[in-house]
Amino acid sequence: MSVKDHAGDYYIPDPSPWPIIGMVSLLLTLIGAALALNGVAIGQFAVIAGLLLFFYLLYGWFRDVIQENLSDRYNKQVDTSFRLGMFWFIASEVFFFLSFFGALFYIRNIALPWLGGDGYLGATQEILYTGFEPAWPSSGPGELGGEFQPMGPWGIPAINTLLLLSSGVTITWAHWGLKLDNQKHLVWGLIATIALGLLFVGFQAYEYGHAYSELNLTLESGAYGSTFYMLTGFHGFHVTMGAVMLMAILGRSMKSHFSSHKHFAFEAVAWYWHFVDVVWLGLFIFVYWL
Amino acid sequence: MLQAGLLLLAGLLFHSAAKAEYGLNFPEPAAGVAQEIYDIHMLTMGIATVLLIIVFAIVFYSLYFHRKSRGYQADQNFHTSWFGHWSWVIVPVMVLGVDLTIAGKADIVLKKVWDVPKEENIMDVKVTGHQWWWEFDYLDHDIKVESRYIPEEQSGDLYLREVDNPLVLPTGVKIRFLHTSADVLHAFWVPELAVKKDAIPGYITETWAELNREGTFRGQCAELCGTWHSRMPIVVESVSQDKFTAWVDGQKAIKVAAAAEASADKTWSMDELMVKGKTLYETKCAACHQVTGMGLPPAFPALNGSVLTKGPIADHLNIVINGKEGTAMQPWGTLNDLEIAAIVTYERNAWDNKMGDVVQPADVKQAR
Amino acid sequence: MSTTTLTHDEAHHHEAPKGWRRWLFSTNHKDIGTLYLLFALIMLFVGGASAMLIRMELFQPGIQLLDPDLYNNLVTNHALIMIFGAVMPAAAGLANWMIPMMIGAPDMALPRMNNLSFWILPAAATMLLLSFVVPFFPGGGTQINTGWTIYPPLSVQVGMSMDFLIFAIHLLGISSVLASINIIVTLLNMRAPGMKMLKMPMFCWTWLVTAFLLILVVPVLAGGVTMLLFDRHFGTSFFDAAGGGDPVLFQHLFWFFGHPEVYILLLPSIGVLSHVIPAFSRKPLFGYNSMVGAMIAVATIGMVVWAHHQYTIGMSLGAVTYFMIGTILISIPVGLMIFNFIATMWRGAMTFETPMLFAVGIVLMFTFGGLSGVMLAVVPADMQYHDSMFVVAHFHYVLMPGAVFGLFAGVFYWLPKWTGHMYDEKLGKLFFWTNVIGFNITFFPQHFLGLAGMPRRIVDYNVMFTEFNVISSVGAMIFGLSHLLLLYIVIKTIRGGKKAESRAWEGAKGLEWELDSPPAFHTWTVAPQIK
Ligand code: HEA
Ligand code: HEA
Ligand code: HEC
Ligand code: CUA
Ligand SMILES: [Cu+2]
Repeated sequence: MSVKDHAGDYYIPDPSPWPIIGMVSLLLTLIGAALALNGVAIGQFAVIAGLLLFFYLLYGWFRDVIQENLSDRYNKQVDTSFRLGMFWFIASEVFFFLSFFGALFYIRNIALPWLGGDGYLGATQEILYTGFEPAWPSSGPGELGGEFQPMGPWGIPAINTLLLLSSGVTITWAHWGLKLDNQKHLVWGLIATIALGLLFVGFQAYEYGHAYSELNLTLESGAYGSTFYMLTGFHGFHVTMGAVMLMAILGRSMKSHFSSHKHFAFEAVAWYWHFVDVVWLGLFIFVYWL
Repeated sequence: MLQAGLLLLAGLLFHSAAKAEYGLNFPEPAAGVAQEIYDIHMLTMGIATVLLIIVFAIVFYSLYFHRKSRGYQADQNFHTSWFGHWSWVIVPVMVLGVDLTIAGKADIVLKKVWDVPKEENIMDVKVTGHQWWWEFDYLDHDIKVESRYIPEEQSGDLYLREVDNPLVLPTGVKIRFLHTSADVLHAFWVPELAVKKDAIPGYITETWAELNREGTFRGQCAELCGTWHSRMPIVVESVSQDKFTAWVDGQKAIKVAAAAEASADKTWSMDELMVKGKTLYETKCAACHQVTGMGLPPAFPALNGSVLTKGPIADHLNIVINGKEGTAMQPWGTLNDLEIAAIVTYERNAWDNKMGDVVQPADVKQAR
Repeated sequence: MSTTTLTHDEAHHHEAPKGWRRWLFSTNHKDIGTLYLLFALIMLFVGGASAMLIRMELFQPGIQLLDPDLYNNLVTNHALIMIFGAVMPAAAGLANWMIPMMIGAPDMALPRMNNLSFWILPAAATMLLLSFVVPFFPGGGTQINTGWTIYPPLSVQVGMSMDFLIFAIHLLGISSVLASINIIVTLLNMRAPGMKMLKMPMFCWTWLVTAFLLILVVPVLAGGVTMLLFDRHFGTSFFDAAGGGDPVLFQHLFWFFGHPEVYILLLPSIGVLSHVIPAFSRKPLFGYNSMVGAMIAVATIGMVVWAHHQYTIGMSLGAVTYFMIGTILISIPVGLMIFNFIATMWRGAMTFETPMLFAVGIVLMFTFGGLSGVMLAVVPADMQYHDSMFVVAHFHYVLMPGAVFGLFAGVFYWLPKWTGHMYDEKLGKLFFWTNVIGFNITFFPQHFLGLAGMPRRIVDYNVMFTEFNVISSVGAMIFGLSHLLLLYIVIKTIRGGKKAESRAWEGAKGLEWELDSPPAFHTWTVAPQIK
């Protein structure tokens, strides 16, 4: 068998227990969540057990991948597979966020005007909601959740934009370091990125606290509260995940797992980070600003 | 072939079923737009039939002649002939032609269906879907009609097509329907009027119709709305304008009488309230809580022996007047004081409840 | 590349692992494909059993078997299990088995993840099952009486079983997205040297497009049901007018997924036909390029016409006009596909083994269903058809021939390759005829029911609708029982039968037919060269 052979050296992993553990952990978590949401007490324990199992799975699975990688089982073609896989995974995430942006767009441009008597179906306002003005931000004709103040763009959100944008720069800078095989440069780049990311999450948490305690802006605040927390919340969750991934990469960098020509894991995380970055820009513009 | 056979079969059956009041197609339209919708339906069905016949003919020709068992040799170069090279243009262009024919005709009808005429003397009827009955508000006449299905014992063959109070409409007048809902989605559908529209809670959608013949037209709720989605028939009674005016006057008289009775400063006896309460309960509440008061758990709680019906009157009144959000229990505050008093009294004393207390209209007024 | 790695691999991989580990821990595309197919078969019977209950209930007017909530709970489960449990996994099973063999790859690109995408399915099925049974336990809340479209506000009224359903949908989504990523990567990265994109077997093309569709639309459904979950439990008002939301928003999110979904169901079967029809016509597929183009067009247009399921919700005239024309235009690419199939049969030397019988049946019956789809697309007329039994007739006519029969054709076509045995042709033909006749008796009369005014999703109906419902239910029993024949044929073929050659069919073309029947555990460890 020739070494250059196209497929012969494509690495096919041995049978692996991780997928089935994944199934069990997801099942446990979700059954637990469904029960917990409805006030069945054992639900919470199932969620915790499921999540613990899930983290164990992540740890074990990635450990296997890293070992295979370090023992040089992956050739160029496998590397391409990983790249394509990550790319299309991010694509699916984009569409996940699109559903929330779509909801925001729909509510602002179709639902509210309709409720407020604009457009061709004026009767809704005439008969059901006389006097309702459909101005954004709105908690709807029922003014659910009571009066609230919207979140302005130019305080914390603007700072957060700067933070995330600079974290995009620092991770690129780290990448340069990696390409130059300069470990110190790489590690500091990553540390800076993680710090910026965590700072972002911290500000976000502070902002939520402020919104709840002073602005009376809650999840219950009608359409505005719903879309605001949904979009920023899922984004914040992704930033957190991204930060955890960065930490894993940081650990591996310190162990010199990467070389200037072979560092897919680093790039995957960097792509993810950039994706989170771009989503934030969308948020900043459509949720906070416009 | 199979379809043709089935069509034949269906045709035969149609003969035997001719006594049943329908055939193989839409019922005869009773409104202008309905007629146009019927025509566009016939057009697209005609086109579809022709296309289907063409496809069947070509396929069966090929199946018969281009068989190996007949010794036919496959033409390996068919796909490289000029036809093979250009069919990807020819076929789409032909299909596009048919598509545009359909779309063009449909577009004309669509405009008429969609644009509710902006006329001064258009008659507004607000149609509200409830779980599981219809409410018709004649906005111009200040009349309200509640329309519910009739149990099988009383409606016989018309079960699920018959209601207690039909929607009475005059012919020759443009009517604008304003659809909305009190709880979940419903959809107003009477085939003879053709127009179907969803009732969306918190929103109003519009349709219109102008009836062109008298008669009784039956339809059903067409959007899944929960347990008794099958029990939301709609009956339109189409009458001449004179009869309609007479009907309106009759309804108004009834309404005045009821209001007078309710506001009369009278203390009602237990028996009077129980009698009134029983009929009201059985029309309005029994759909969910059942005539027996046993409900249909877990969806609908029993009222017989329930905490609320056996607890303080105030709480009982509260749930009836204000309902419970997020459940099928709607607010019944639109009922008048007397009606609520009667229902609550009935619930507290019927079945095994026997609380022995009486709720007067005045108590209800206070509780609101 | 170090040679030590290679010896290591060879030692481990040239023989199938033994016992339960082989199936639970599998990283082999053929084994995972088999798992998918078995799962789909089981689900076909589960979904079919609920369909039989539905038809038994509708056999006569009145409420005989099922109380109304149970009826609609069954309808909901029937639809979800058939679509997500039977059709999609079966198509994924075919993809797993065939794609690597067809493109000369040693396996799927990401074998471990492949196993994960499969194993999430049983978890999702468990959640679905739980959502069905939970209401029967004390404190379990009300049943899911919403239909598979789970429109709010009704779905907000439902008890905790709806949460199980929502999480089941999340799991199904994760599974499909992971499987799609794998398929896309495999097709883009693992083709044998020399196999250009435009030389890929058609089945691969259909799955490539399908996988793209899945990646783009499934996350939107996941987002939609997540909002539903929040509306149910965390006080948000996405779908509540009082807070400025709109129940219709959910419909948009659902159908943005739901309409492309129907092409996700359709396309893999189109791929199967693109192999079966040429094989049994003994001549190449007519219009390979136009087929690829048509498919991409179907997917693209299919992404932007979703609101034809919501004509009755009160959109503006401009919006409905747009959605109407867009929807009608889909007949162009789909028509081109059908035309290509007919032109492939034209002047071929046809024989009619079971896969070909199904293929011919599909061309005829799918066209019929598609044409009723075009009737539905016409807005004014849909004001009559919408939510009536006419729609039920339409979609079973496209779903059964367009998706399920295509998968049957694929199963019969490739069974010899998978098992090494020829199936019993006589029984196969018998299955075809009972199946197709039963199908038509079941669903043809439903058109008339719809036109006469019978809404869908009702447990009880007026006596005037009796006749056609009786016919339909009787047909459904014939149709249902015919599937037992399928089960028998498949089991019989697995256990033995005439030995299949590598090229089981005279006219079959493609790399998969160059491998033994059944193929070795690992195939194409050395990639073939494509000229
Ligand atoms: C595999 C699944 C599948 C497929 C392929 C299709 C294909 C099509 N469907 Fe169908 N549809 C469903 C599954 C599918 N559908 C389901 C499940 C529902 C109901 C969901 C629910 O509510 O629960 C539904 C509902 C549905 C509706 C909503 C009805 C309503 O609720 O009121 C509409 C309306 O436009 C529609 C239209 C179409 C059209 C235009 C096509 C086209 O793609 C068809 C194109 C094919 C042809 C046209 C035939 C071949 C072409 C020719 C022979 C060329 C010549 C033709 C012409 C010139 C017209 N479908
Ligand atoms: C791929 C999808 C798919 C498939 C394959 C089917 C297959 C079938 N469907 Fe389904 N159906 C849907 C998708 C599908 N359906 C959807 C999306 C809906 C809409 C749901 C909604 O409104 O929310 C629907 C709704 C629906 C309804 C309408 C319910 C209503 O609106 O009130 C009906 C009624 O006749 C029906 C019947 C059938 C039948 C008889 C079959 C048959 O083809 C089934 C045949 C298979 C078997 C029977 C299994 C194998 C055999 C056995 C189990 C052996 C035992 C047999 C006997 C006891 C006879 N379906
Ligand atoms: C559409 C269905 C429906 C109708 C019609 C209906 N109810 Fe109810 N009702 C419910 C539901 C559902 C609940 C349970 C609410 C909950 O979850 O607490 C309920 C609860 C109640 C309760 C409280 C029972 C308890 O002990 O918890 C009372 C009292 C009641 N309804 C009275 C009435 C009266 C009076 C009417 C008629 C005027 C009526 N209902 C009509 C659905 C209905
Ligand atoms: Cu009301 Cu269905
Ligand atoms: Cu569609």
